[in-house]
Amino acid sequence: MRVCIVGCGAVGSLFAANLAGLDDVEVWAYDLAEDHVDAINRDGLHLSGAGEVVGRPRATSDASALPACDFGIVATKAMHTAAAIAATAHAFAEGAVATVQNGLGNEEAIAEHVPRVIRGTTFPAGKIVAPGHVQWDVKGDTTFGPFEPLPTPAADIARLSEACTRAGMPSTAVADARGPQWRKVIFNASTNPIGALTGLTHGRVCEDKALRALVTGLVDEGKAVAAAQGIALDADPEDLIDHAARPDVAYDHKASMLQDVEARRTTEIDYLNGGIVRFGEEHGVETPLNRAIWALVKGLERSW
Amino acid sequence: MRACVVGAGSIGSLFAAHLATVAPVSVLTRRPEHARLLNEQGLRVSGRHDFTARVTAASDPAELPEFDLGIVATKATGVEAAAESLAGRFPSATVMTVQNGLGAEEIVRAHGDWPLVSGVTFMSGTKHSDAHVEYILDTPTWLGPYGGTPFERVQEIARLLVESGLQAEALPDLLPAQWSKLIFNATVNGVAALTGLPHDQHFAAEEGLGDLGHLVHALVDEGKRVAAAAGVELHDDPWEMNVLATKRGSAHYPSMLEDVEARRPTEVELINGALVREADRLGVEAPLQTAVYRLVRAREDSYR
Repeated sequence: MRVCIVGCGAVGSLFAANLAGLDDVEVWAYDLAEDHVDAINRDGLHLSGAGEVVGRPRATSDASALPACDFGIVATKAMHTAAAIAATAHAFAEGAVATVQNGLGNEEAIAEHVPRVIRGTTFPAGKIVAPGHVQWDVKGDTTFGPFEPLPTPAADIARLSEACTRAGMPSTAVADARGPQWRKVIFNASTNPIGALTGLTHGRVCEDKALRALVTGLVDEGKAVAAAQGIALDADPEDLIDHAARPDVAYDHKASMLQDVEARRTTEIDYLNGGIVRFGEEHGVETPLNRAIWALVKGLERSW
Repeated sequence: MRACVVGAGSIGSLFAAHLATVAPVSVLTRRPEHARLLNEQGLRVSGRHDFTARVTAASDPAELPEFDLGIVATKATGVEAAAESLAGRFPSATVMTVQNGLGAEEIVRAHGDWPLVSGVTFMSGTKHSDAHVEYILDTPTWLGPYGGTPFERVQEIARLLVESGLQAEALPDLLPAQWSKLIFNATVNGVAALTGLPHDQHFAAEEGLGDLGHLVHALVDEGKRVAAAAGVELHDDPWEMNVLATKRGSAHYPSMLEDVEARRPTEVELINGALVREADRLGVEAPLQTAVYRLVRAREDSYR
């Protein structure tokens, strides 16, 4: 099996390094950061923290160097999906492309360029600490399922899922992957921007009762939009939020959006709260708090 | 009429310097070196007016001469300490507050039974040094009686301010103006503090779905519903005040934004907090104003 990771940031690196440890999987990693690519090709891709792994994927910044692949796993930030898949689509003409990205709208963007798409949601997290070296902060599960308009055969989804599980990235293939996806989107949209706007870690956001109530207000709007589409959440995002606030889980975690804001990088707000607002509009559900948070973070980006 | 200005920030400095051209003026500062500099150099005004005024400054309230008009021009967060420093003295004085938000008069009242005058000021300035303030916007200060203060007394103070070169108007009922400014400030200061944007054209932009003007408009509408429930007919429409201010060309840095950037405590309690507490008291839903209030509070907490 040949797999190409499209976008080898923190999450992409977790898939790339772990999958590269399997004898029966050939892993390619496509990323525009040349220092990262060079370090991977020279010294391997190092993970440390939640797991110590050195994988040796073949890394490249040149999309034309990619061979035909059975699977793609897109792991770029959501705003880079369209450009990344447009550049690499030729490698997936006979394959299927999964997304493990944050937010809403990635499957649709990928589907414009390739014949088969897999809806995916992943919970592990980390950060790049140096070229070729990723700090693995949190382990977690991944769910794969069909993207309904351009479905991938269930057997293929199961093959990818099984390979990830064997590689140390526990994954499940399901018939409807929207539940986990919306659970994560609601989790992220309800907590990440609050961290970004206040500068507080996840644990401190949850300790402030008034702020935690605002988080619940955002969650409730997200749940209403999911329900209006007939999506059954696989778990309550509230439980995930409380679980993450525990000192032994992610109390001190600075949301990736807070990291983005501190580094003045464009955030994924358009695909999180913006996505909830857009899906809400389509399905006649009011989302005033998500709108407010979306506008505030867009305003923050415009202040740079 | 002898005047005393408590607090020599930009607003206090503008009052003190102008009044000193028509009356004996003392200034109470927080820092001794600030008082010393004012006594040595006088207080310079540039911008719309250009002059240097002689004032008598002190950092110890015991050194203040008697006065007939006291203007408490500290930030809302400094009113308590300012009123305490005047307590038990100055029996012939009328005391005027000009703070943002609601509640400054009650704080002063708790420290003495001077006749009180409520003020709302729209003028603005920038302090270039302890002894130099630039007069930027010559928009008016509105004054009204608080409690049983005779209106004639308010008119007398307004006349003195006008004689000194400032714009001022006495109103029999200040609440409509106070509430207009409260809603304006809660909205504009809160959004500026959270986004980092000065009060610029983004605040009036309502084209795209995620544009900031939608949020500003919704926040103003909530504030208007609270005012209506309080039985207050607004003096000015805060949305129109917002649009007008963004068209001025020079984007104003709201004080709450400056405070947040300097990681200082903000006036959020007396502005946004006051509005949200009024909403609660009157049973009016104000979820967006509540969200902004909680977020700014949390932003302050993040300094600790």
